[in-house]
Amino acid sequence: MLLREVGYARPSSLAEAIELLRADDGARALAGGQTLINVMKARAGSPDALIDLNGIDSLRGIDLAADGTLSIGAMTTYSEIVASAEARARPIIGEVCAQIADVQVRNRGTIGGNICTNDPTNHLPPLMAALGATMTIAGADGERTVTAGEFFLGVYLTAVAQGEVLTKVTVPAGRGDGFAAVTLGVDGTCIASAAASVNGSVTVALGCVDAVPVVVEPASASADDVRAAIEAAGIDPPSDVHASSAYRAHLSQVLAVRAVNQAQGAA
Amino acid sequence: MISTEQTITVTINGTTYEREVAARKLLIHFVRDDLDLTGSHIGCDTGNCGACSMLVDGTLVKSCMMLAVQADGATVETVEGLSDGDELNRLQASFREHHALQCGYCTPGMLMSATALLREKPSPSDDEIRKALQGNICRCTGYWNIFEAVKAAAQ
Repeated sequence: MLLREVGYARPSSLAEAIELLRADDGARALAGGQTLINVMKARAGSPDALIDLNGIDSLRGIDLAADGTLSIGAMTTYSEIVASAEARARPIIGEVCAQIADVQVRNRGTIGGNICTNDPTNHLPPLMAALGATMTIAGADGERTVTAGEFFLGVYLTAVAQGEVLTKVTVPAGRGDGFAAVTLGVDGTCIASAAASVNGSVTVALGCVDAVPVVVEPASASADDVRAAIEAAGIDPPSDVHASSAYRAHLSQVLAVRAVNQAQGAA
Repeated sequence: MISTEQTITVTINGTTYEREVAARKLLIHFVRDDLDLTGSHIGCDTGNCGACSMLVDGTLVKSCMMLAVQADGATVETVEGLSDGDELNRLQASFREHHALQCGYCTPGMLMSATALLREKPSPSDDEIRKALQGNICRCTGYWNIFEAVKAAAQ
Protein backbone atom coordinates (compact mmCIF):
# COMPACT_ATOMS: atom_id res chain seq x y z
CA MET A 1 0.00 0.00 0.00
CA LEU A 2 1.29 3.41 -0.92
CA LEU A 3 1.32 5.73 2.06
CA ARG A 4 0.20 9.31 1.82
CA GLU A 5 3.18 11.59 1.18
CA VAL A 6 5.09 12.03 4.40
CA GLY A 7 8.23 13.79 5.57
CA TYR A 8 10.94 11.86 7.34
CA ALA A 9 13.85 12.65 9.60
CA ARG A 10 16.14 10.40 11.61
CA PRO A 11 17.65 12.51 14.39
CA SER A 12 20.61 11.12 16.30
CA SER A 13 19.87 12.90 19.58
CA LEU A 14 16.83 13.20 21.83
CA ALA A 15 17.10 17.02 21.85
CA GLU A 16 16.94 17.08 18.07
CA ALA A 17 13.93 14.75 18.03
CA ILE A 18 12.05 16.93 20.51
CA GLU A 19 12.86 20.03 18.47
CA LEU A 20 11.55 18.41 15.28
CA LEU A 21 8.37 17.20 17.00
CA ARG A 22 7.75 20.62 18.53
CA ALA A 23 8.24 22.41 15.24
CA ASP A 24 5.36 20.66 13.46
CA ASP A 25 1.98 19.73 14.97
CA GLY A 26 1.61 17.10 12.27
CA ALA A 27 4.88 15.36 13.12
CA ARG A 28 4.75 12.03 14.94
CA ALA A 29 7.44 9.91 16.56
CA LEU A 30 8.15 6.65 14.73
CA ALA A 31 9.25 3.86 17.06
CA GLY A 32 9.18 0.27 15.76
CA GLY A 33 6.47 1.09 13.24
CA GLN A 34 4.66 -2.22 13.72
CA THR A 35 1.42 -0.35 14.41
CA LEU A 36 1.96 3.12 12.97
CA ILE A 37 2.95 2.04 9.45
CA ASN A 38 -0.22 -0.05 9.19
CA VAL A 39 -2.32 2.77 10.63
CA MET A 40 -0.90 4.98 7.88
CA LYS A 41 -1.68 2.41 5.19
CA ALA A 42 -5.30 2.34 6.34
CA ARG A 43 -5.34 6.18 6.42
CA ALA A 44 -6.52 5.90 10.02
CA GLY A 45 -3.67 8.29 10.72
CA SER A 46 -1.77 10.50 8.29
CA PRO A 47 1.10 12.31 9.97
CA ASP A 48 2.77 15.08 7.97
CA ALA A 49 6.18 13.90 9.11
CA LEU A 50 7.72 10.92 10.85
CA ILE A 51 10.50 11.55 13.33
CA ASP A 52 12.29 8.20 13.44
CA LEU A 53 13.63 7.47 16.91
CA ASN A 54 15.68 4.47 15.74
CA GLY A 55 18.83 6.56 15.40
CA ILE A 56 18.90 7.65 19.05
CA ASP A 57 21.13 5.23 20.93
CA SER A 58 20.31 6.69 24.36
CA LEU A 59 16.71 5.43 24.03
CA ARG A 60 17.84 1.81 23.74
CA GLY A 61 19.07 -0.58 26.37
CA ILE A 62 18.30 -2.16 29.72
CA ASP A 63 19.90 -1.25 33.04
CA LEU A 64 19.56 -3.14 36.30
CA ALA A 65 20.39 -1.08 39.39
CA ALA A 66 21.88 -2.59 42.56
CA ASP A 67 18.50 -2.33 44.31
CA GLY A 68 16.81 -4.33 41.54
CA THR A 69 15.22 -1.36 39.76
CA LEU A 70 14.99 -2.03 36.05
CA SER A 71 15.25 0.81 33.52
CA ILE A 72 14.23 -0.07 29.99
CA GLY A 73 14.88 2.42 27.20
CA ALA A 74 11.71 3.22 25.26
CA MET A 75 13.22 2.05 21.95
CA THR A 76 14.28 -1.34 23.29
CA THR A 77 12.67 -4.04 21.16
CA TYR A 78 10.64 -6.96 22.49
CA SER A 79 13.34 -9.33 21.20
CA GLU A 80 16.03 -7.41 23.09
CA ILE A 81 13.97 -7.64 26.27
CA VAL A 82 13.37 -11.38 25.77
CA ALA A 83 17.12 -11.95 25.31
CA SER A 84 18.22 -9.66 28.14
CA ALA A 85 19.82 -11.16 31.26
CA GLU A 86 19.12 -7.92 33.16
CA ALA A 87 15.41 -8.00 32.28
CA ARG A 88 15.15 -11.39 34.00
CA ALA A 89 15.27 -9.48 37.28
CA ARG A 90 11.53 -9.14 36.66
CA PRO A 91 10.94 -12.25 34.52
CA ILE A 92 7.31 -11.56 33.63
CA ILE A 93 8.32 -8.70 31.32
CA GLY A 94 10.31 -10.99 29.03
CA GLU A 95 7.68 -13.73 29.30
CA VAL A 96 4.95 -11.38 28.11
CA CYS A 97 7.11 -9.81 25.39
CA ALA A 98 7.74 -13.32 24.05
CA GLN A 99 3.96 -13.71 23.55
CA ILE A 100 3.59 -10.62 21.37
CA ALA A 101 2.79 -11.38 17.72
CA ASP A 102 5.72 -13.13 16.00
CA VAL A 103 9.50 -13.05 15.59
CA GLN A 104 9.47 -10.34 12.92
CA VAL A 105 7.23 -8.03 14.92
CA ARG A 106 9.20 -8.65 18.12
CA ASN A 107 12.41 -7.75 16.28
CA ARG A 108 11.08 -4.28 15.37
CA GLY A 109 8.38 -3.48 17.95
CA THR A 110 9.43 -1.59 21.06
CA ILE A 111 8.24 -1.35 24.66
CA GLY A 112 7.82 2.40 24.23
CA GLY A 113 5.78 2.04 21.06
CA ASN A 114 3.55 -0.55 22.70
CA ILE A 115 2.62 1.58 25.69
CA CYS A 116 2.51 4.91 23.82
CA THR A 117 0.02 3.39 21.39
CA ASN A 118 -2.09 2.36 24.38
CA ASP A 119 -4.26 0.14 22.25
CA PRO A 120 -6.54 -1.49 24.85
CA THR A 121 -5.68 -4.90 23.34
CA ASN A 122 -1.93 -4.44 23.93
CA HIS A 123 -0.35 -6.57 26.65
CA LEU A 124 2.13 -4.09 28.06
CA PRO A 125 -0.17 -1.31 29.36
CA PRO A 126 -1.89 -3.58 31.95
CA LEU A 127 1.43 -5.27 32.74
CA MET A 128 3.18 -1.96 33.40
CA ALA A 129 0.23 -0.80 35.53
CA ALA A 130 0.36 -3.98 37.65
CA LEU A 131 4.14 -3.82 38.12
CA GLY A 132 4.02 -0.22 39.35
CA ALA A 133 6.18 1.00 36.47
CA THR A 134 6.86 4.68 35.99
CA MET A 135 7.33 6.41 32.66
CA THR A 136 9.86 9.13 31.99
CA ILE A 137 8.81 11.70 29.40
CA ALA A 138 11.23 14.26 27.94
CA GLY A 139 10.23 17.58 26.42
CA ALA A 140 11.69 21.00 25.78
CA ASP A 141 11.44 21.87 29.47
CA GLY A 142 13.22 18.76 30.69
CA GLU A 143 12.03 15.43 32.03
CA ARG A 144 9.10 14.32 34.14
CA THR A 145 8.24 10.92 35.50
CA VAL A 146 4.64 9.73 35.81
CA THR A 147 2.85 6.65 37.15
CA ALA A 148 0.87 4.28 34.96
CA GLY A 149 -2.33 5.87 36.29
CA GLU A 150 -1.14 9.25 35.06
CA PHE A 151 0.33 7.90 31.83
CA PHE A 152 -2.56 5.99 30.27
CA LEU A 153 -5.27 8.55 29.47
CA GLY A 154 -7.50 6.96 26.84
CA VAL A 155 -7.63 4.74 23.77
CA TYR A 156 -4.46 5.59 21.78
CA LEU A 157 -3.88 8.44 24.22
CA THR A 158 -1.15 8.87 26.82
CA ALA A 159 0.47 11.66 28.83
CA VAL A 160 3.12 12.04 26.11
CA ALA A 161 2.11 15.36 24.53
CA GLN A 162 3.04 16.77 21.13
CA GLY A 163 6.71 17.70 21.26
CA GLU A 164 7.49 15.11 23.92
CA VAL A 165 9.13 11.68 23.79
CA LEU A 166 8.86 8.74 26.19
CA THR A 167 12.47 7.97 27.07
CA LYS A 168 12.32 5.05 29.49
CA VAL A 169 10.19 2.77 31.57
CA THR A 170 11.32 2.14 35.15
CA VAL A 171 10.16 -0.98 36.95
CA PRO A 172 10.77 -1.45 40.68
CA ALA A 173 12.23 -4.68 42.05
CA GLY A 174 9.91 -7.65 42.57
CA ARG A 175 9.36 -11.22 41.42
CA GLY A 176 5.80 -12.16 42.32
CA ASP A 177 4.18 -11.38 39.00
CA GLY A 178 1.72 -13.06 36.68
CA PHE A 179 -0.03 -12.49 33.39
CA ALA A 180 -2.88 -14.28 31.64
CA ALA A 181 -4.67 -13.49 28.41
CA VAL A 182 -7.20 -14.94 26.01
CA THR A 183 -6.20 -14.11 22.46
CA LEU A 184 -7.41 -14.85 18.94
CA GLY A 185 -5.21 -17.82 18.25
CA VAL A 186 -1.86 -18.17 19.98
CA ASP A 187 -0.22 -14.77 20.42
CA GLY A 188 -2.93 -13.00 18.39
CA THR A 189 -5.10 -10.00 19.18
CA CYS A 190 -6.19 -9.89 22.78
CA ILE A 191 -9.80 -10.41 23.89
CA ALA A 192 -9.11 -9.98 27.59
CA SER A 193 -6.01 -9.90 29.76
CA ALA A 194 -4.97 -9.56 33.37
CA ALA A 195 -1.62 -8.79 34.96
CA ALA A 196 -0.95 -9.33 38.65
CA SER A 197 1.70 -8.47 41.15
CA VAL A 198 1.81 -9.86 44.71
CA ASN A 199 4.94 -8.16 45.98
CA GLY A 200 3.66 -7.27 49.43
CA SER A 201 0.18 -6.08 48.49
CA VAL A 202 -1.87 -7.53 45.64
CA THR A 203 -2.36 -5.46 42.48
CA VAL A 204 -4.29 -6.59 39.42
CA ALA A 205 -4.55 -4.67 36.15
CA LEU A 206 -7.18 -5.67 33.60
CA GLY A 207 -6.71 -5.16 29.86
CA CYS A 208 -9.31 -4.93 27.07
CA VAL A 209 -12.14 -3.95 29.40
CA ASP A 210 -11.84 -0.16 29.29
CA ALA A 211 -9.95 2.62 27.49
CA VAL A 212 -7.10 2.32 29.98
CA PRO A 213 -5.92 -0.55 32.20
CA VAL A 214 -8.30 -1.01 35.12
CA VAL A 215 -6.32 -1.43 38.34
CA VAL A 216 -7.89 -3.19 41.31
CA GLU A 217 -6.34 -4.07 44.66
CA PRO A 218 -7.85 -7.23 46.15
CA ALA A 219 -7.70 -7.58 49.93
CA SER A 220 -5.73 -10.80 49.52
CA ALA A 221 -4.52 -13.16 46.82
CA SER A 222 -7.42 -15.56 47.37
CA ALA A 223 -9.59 -16.22 44.32
CA ASP A 224 -12.68 -14.98 46.18
CA ASP A 225 -11.04 -11.67 47.05
CA VAL A 226 -9.75 -11.22 43.50
CA ARG A 227 -13.22 -11.82 42.05
CA ALA A 228 -14.83 -9.58 44.67
CA ALA A 229 -12.45 -6.73 43.87
CA ILE A 230 -13.31 -6.96 40.17
CA GLU A 231 -17.05 -7.07 40.96
CA ALA A 232 -16.62 -3.96 43.11
CA ALA A 233 -14.79 -2.14 40.30
CA GLY A 234 -18.00 -2.34 38.25
CA ILE A 235 -16.31 -2.82 34.88
CA ASP A 236 -18.41 -2.43 31.74
CA PRO A 237 -16.27 -3.90 28.94
CA PRO A 238 -17.06 -3.23 25.28
CA SER A 239 -18.78 -5.85 23.11
CA ASP A 240 -17.47 -6.77 19.71
CA VAL A 241 -17.49 -9.65 17.24
CA HIS A 242 -15.06 -11.62 19.39
CA ALA A 243 -16.70 -11.32 22.80
CA SER A 244 -19.76 -9.80 24.43
CA SER A 245 -19.40 -7.39 27.31
CA ALA A 246 -20.59 -10.03 29.76
CA TYR A 247 -18.14 -12.61 28.44
CA ARG A 248 -15.23 -10.15 28.68
CA ALA A 249 -16.24 -9.34 32.27
CA HIS A 250 -16.33 -13.08 33.03
CA LEU A 251 -12.93 -13.63 31.38
CA SER A 252 -11.49 -10.75 33.42
CA GLN A 253 -12.22 -12.60 36.64
CA VAL A 254 -10.95 -15.93 35.36
CA LEU A 255 -7.74 -14.39 33.99
CA ALA A 256 -7.16 -12.27 37.09
CA VAL A 257 -7.32 -15.37 39.28
CA ARG A 258 -4.89 -17.18 36.96
CA ALA A 259 -2.51 -14.22 36.95
CA VAL A 260 -2.60 -13.92 40.72
CA ASN A 261 -1.98 -17.67 41.10
CA GLN A 262 1.03 -17.41 38.80
CA ALA A 263 2.25 -14.37 40.73
CA GLN A 264 1.99 -16.25 44.02
CA GLY A 265 3.94 -19.16 42.59
CA ALA A 266 6.69 -16.82 41.43
CA ALA A 267 6.89 -14.75 44.60
CA MET B 1 16.09 17.81 8.50
CA ILE B 2 12.65 16.61 7.43
CA SER B 3 12.36 15.66 3.78
CA THR B 4 9.89 13.71 1.67
CA GLU B 5 12.64 12.24 -0.48
CA GLN B 6 16.07 10.98 0.34
CA THR B 7 19.04 9.30 -1.32
CA ILE B 8 19.73 5.97 0.31
CA THR B 9 22.48 3.39 -0.03
CA VAL B 10 21.49 -0.20 0.62
CA THR B 11 23.48 -3.37 0.08
CA ILE B 12 21.19 -6.20 -0.97
CA ASN B 13 22.53 -9.73 -1.42
CA GLY B 14 26.03 -8.29 -1.85
CA THR B 15 25.16 -5.59 -4.41
CA THR B 16 25.17 -1.96 -3.30
CA TYR B 17 22.40 0.26 -4.66
CA GLU B 18 22.17 4.02 -4.36
CA ARG B 19 18.72 5.39 -5.13
CA GLU B 20 16.55 8.42 -4.60
CA VAL B 21 13.49 7.23 -2.71
CA ALA B 22 10.29 8.81 -1.36
CA ALA B 23 9.99 8.67 2.42
CA ARG B 24 6.54 7.11 2.04
CA LYS B 25 7.85 4.11 0.12
CA LEU B 26 7.82 0.84 2.02
CA LEU B 27 10.97 -1.27 1.94
CA ILE B 28 9.14 -4.09 0.12
CA HIS B 29 8.07 -1.71 -2.69
CA PHE B 30 11.59 -0.33 -2.98
CA VAL B 31 13.06 -3.82 -3.29
CA ARG B 32 10.43 -5.11 -5.73
CA ASP B 33 9.59 -2.07 -7.83
CA ASP B 34 12.74 0.06 -7.80
CA LEU B 35 15.32 -2.74 -7.77
CA ASP B 36 13.26 -5.38 -9.58
CA LEU B 37 14.07 -8.00 -6.95
CA THR B 38 10.65 -9.62 -7.06
CA GLY B 39 11.47 -12.73 -5.04
CA SER B 40 10.06 -11.18 -1.87
CA HIS B 41 6.29 -11.11 -2.05
CA ILE B 42 3.53 -8.82 -0.82
CA GLY B 43 0.75 -10.91 0.65
CA CYS B 44 -1.47 -9.20 3.17
CA ASP B 45 0.29 -5.83 3.37
CA THR B 46 -0.82 -5.61 7.00
CA GLY B 47 2.09 -7.25 8.75
CA ASN B 48 0.40 -10.59 9.26
CA CYS B 49 1.39 -12.99 6.50
CA GLY B 50 5.19 -12.73 6.44
CA ALA B 51 5.57 -13.16 2.64
CA CYS B 52 7.69 -9.97 2.60
CA SER B 53 10.10 -11.20 5.31
CA MET B 54 13.75 -10.31 4.77
CA LEU B 55 16.85 -9.85 6.87
CA VAL B 56 17.94 -6.28 7.57
CA ASP B 57 21.39 -6.15 9.18
CA GLY B 58 20.86 -9.78 10.10
CA THR B 59 17.50 -9.18 11.76
CA LEU B 60 14.34 -10.79 10.39
CA VAL B 61 11.69 -8.16 9.60
CA LYS B 62 8.47 -7.82 7.67
CA SER B 63 9.45 -5.33 4.99
CA CYS B 64 5.88 -4.03 4.57
CA MET B 65 6.19 -2.48 8.04
CA MET B 66 9.42 -0.63 7.43
CA LEU B 67 10.17 2.39 5.24
CA ALA B 68 12.85 2.12 2.58
CA VAL B 69 14.57 5.21 4.03
CA GLN B 70 14.94 3.31 7.30
CA ALA B 71 17.17 0.82 5.49
CA ASP B 72 19.68 3.51 4.52
CA GLY B 73 23.15 2.11 5.18
CA ALA B 74 21.81 -1.36 5.92
CA THR B 75 22.75 -4.76 4.59
CA VAL B 76 19.66 -6.59 3.38
CA GLU B 77 19.24 -10.26 2.51
CA THR B 78 16.33 -11.51 0.44
CA VAL B 79 15.41 -14.91 -1.00
CA GLU B 80 17.42 -14.15 -4.16
CA GLY B 81 20.60 -14.28 -2.07
CA LEU B 82 20.10 -17.84 -0.83
CA SER B 83 21.06 -19.89 -3.87
CA ASP B 84 24.46 -19.95 -5.52
CA GLY B 85 23.35 -19.24 -9.08
CA ASP B 86 21.04 -22.11 -10.02
CA GLU B 87 22.36 -24.20 -7.17
CA LEU B 88 19.80 -24.31 -4.35
CA ASN B 89 21.20 -24.02 -0.86
CA ARG B 90 20.64 -26.73 1.72
CA LEU B 91 17.44 -25.19 3.06
CA GLN B 92 15.95 -24.57 -0.38
CA ALA B 93 16.83 -28.09 -1.48
CA SER B 94 15.17 -29.42 1.63
CA PHE B 95 11.98 -27.46 0.79
CA ARG B 96 11.97 -29.12 -2.64
CA GLU B 97 12.76 -32.52 -1.21
CA HIS B 98 9.93 -32.36 1.35
CA HIS B 99 7.34 -30.79 -0.93
CA ALA B 100 7.27 -27.78 1.40
CA LEU B 101 5.51 -25.58 -1.13
CA GLN B 102 2.44 -25.82 -3.26
CA CYS B 103 1.65 -22.44 -4.82
CA GLY B 104 4.94 -21.03 -3.54
CA TYR B 105 3.63 -17.61 -2.59
CA CYS B 106 4.68 -17.81 1.04
CA THR B 107 7.95 -19.61 0.27
CA PRO B 108 10.32 -16.59 0.08
CA GLY B 109 9.19 -15.48 3.53
CA MET B 110 9.26 -19.00 4.96
CA LEU B 111 12.81 -19.45 3.68
CA MET B 112 14.00 -16.18 5.22
CA SER B 113 12.38 -16.95 8.58
CA ALA B 114 13.94 -20.41 8.56
CA THR B 115 17.29 -18.90 7.54
CA ALA B 116 17.16 -16.52 10.51
CA LEU B 117 16.29 -19.41 12.83
CA LEU B 118 19.04 -21.74 11.64
CA ARG B 119 21.66 -19.01 11.91
CA GLU B 120 20.73 -18.35 15.51
CA LYS B 121 19.99 -21.97 16.43
CA PRO B 122 21.61 -24.49 14.08
CA SER B 123 19.89 -27.37 15.90
CA PRO B 124 16.48 -26.02 16.89
CA SER B 125 13.90 -28.02 18.82
CA ASP B 126 10.58 -28.83 17.16
CA ASP B 127 8.93 -26.12 19.21
CA GLU B 128 11.58 -23.58 18.24
CA ILE B 129 10.97 -24.34 14.55
CA ARG B 130 7.21 -23.85 14.96
CA LYS B 131 7.67 -20.60 16.89
CA ALA B 132 10.14 -19.30 14.31
CA LEU B 133 7.61 -19.79 11.51
CA GLN B 134 4.71 -18.33 13.44
CA GLY B 135 4.86 -15.02 11.61
CA ASN B 136 4.51 -16.69 8.21
CA ILE B 137 1.16 -17.80 6.86
CA CYS B 138 0.74 -20.56 4.26
CA ARG B 139 -2.73 -20.76 2.75
CA CYS B 140 -2.05 -24.05 0.96
CA THR B 141 -1.93 -25.48 4.51
CA GLY B 142 1.50 -26.90 3.92
CA TYR B 143 2.82 -26.22 7.40
CA TRP B 144 3.66 -29.81 8.18
CA ASN B 145 5.91 -30.22 5.15
CA ILE B 146 7.52 -26.83 5.76
CA PHE B 147 8.26 -27.88 9.32
CA GLU B 148 9.76 -31.17 8.06
CA ALA B 149 11.89 -29.33 5.50
CA VAL B 150 13.34 -26.96 8.09
CA LYS B 151 13.94 -29.81 10.52
CA ALA B 152 15.74 -31.86 7.90
CA ALA B 153 17.87 -28.87 6.81
CA ALA B 154 18.88 -28.32 10.42
CA GLN B 155 20.26 -31.81 10.87
